[in-house]
Amino acid sequence: MAGIGGVEMAKSNEPIWWSLFSAGGMVAAMVFPILIIITGILVPFGLAGDDPLNFERIHSAVSHPLIKLTLFAVISLPLFHWAHRFRFTLVDVGLKSVSTLISILCYGGAIVGTIVSVVILWNI
Amino acid sequence: MMAETMKLEIFRYRPEKESEPTFQTYEVPFLEDWVVLDAINHIKDEIDGTLSYRWSCRMGVCGSCGMMINGVPKLSCAAFLKDYYPDKILVEPLTGFPVERDLVIVMDDFMTKLTDMQPYIIRKEGEEKPLEEGEYLQSPAELARFKQYSMCINCMLCYAACPVYALDSTFIGPAAIALGQRYNMDSRDQGRDARQELIASHNGIWECTFVGECSAVCPEHVDPAAAIQRAKVSSTVDWFKDVLIPWGKKK
Repeated sequence: MAGIGGVEMAKSNEPIWWSLFSAGGMVAAMVFPILIIITGILVPFGLAGDDPLNFERIHSAVSHPLIKLTLFAVISLPLFHWAHRFRFTLVDVGLKSVSTLISILCYGGAIVGTIVSVVILWNI
Repeated sequence: MMAETMKLEIFRYRPEKESEPTFQTYEVPFLEDWVVLDAINHIKDEIDGTLSYRWSCRMGVCGSCGMMINGVPKLSCAAFLKDYYPDKILVEPLTGFPVERDLVIVMDDFMTKLTDMQPYIIRKEGEEKPLEEGEYLQSPAELARFKQYSMCINCMLCYAACPVYALDSTFIGPAAIALGQRYNMDSRDQGRDARQELIASHNGIWECTFVGECSAVCPEHVDPAAAIQRAKVSSTVDWFKDVLIPWGKKK
């Protein structure tokens, strides 16, 4: 027996989006503050040593596969976090009638962003 | 000195004589130990016997007297006049539900969802212990896993607080899901699969956007929002198991 008042309910594919959303939220909560402290406070205020954003130094760091992987996670997952949250925000402000289109645009945007970040990271 | 009084502005709707709801203001004595329900009972007994509302226990156990008090879903037996005095108190029926009459809402939708959730212990075919073997024992730790969710009194304040339910009443909603989760986490229960189709459906947990107001207004501190999020985690694990190991699926 399933459904409300005998009405069958569709099995949901939400878990895939929700798990990406949660992973993105986790990354945003745990990693973003550190990145903000480093790139937004320590570096501009000169607290991170001499010439920390030197091209050679950053380039060699970013070329390391582990850093690439980290950057990929830090860029892609929060995009899915945004997509999921923004989708529900739009639906909640009254756009439920076009919810499929909203889902396509939001998650599609996150997928495009993910592909772009893969291409860029790959080519570094 | 004149006894102190207080005003209550109450939502009225009598379908046999008016097509639109109106508001009616009543002046009641202000007593330090009165709650809104006492004031409404006073109105019913002394001022206007036509006022309709639900109530029973007067002590936060039965869950009948939920109302919007100044726009916030509350048990009217637990909302003290002194917290609002000397301002006028606005009393309305729980939001998000159709109104039957005055402060009485139609709760059929919730009752259907609650029964469909099968909130009782389900044993698998043939695994029910015969009576003479005694009760199913449970450790304090096993009890602690679900006890909080078992405190629900079905007052529906969480539905009135939930913006998702207000926008779309197909959402199964906080209390019904929390009660499903209460049995899912009970070591004596084996009915999770039977409830899962409802819980993990699109109108189940996935409609929830974790606003958390259900938990904020719950008079019994059930925390339905946490129950829903925990159900999301376990349903996501199910989903990945299904996709990654489809052959591991039970019949």
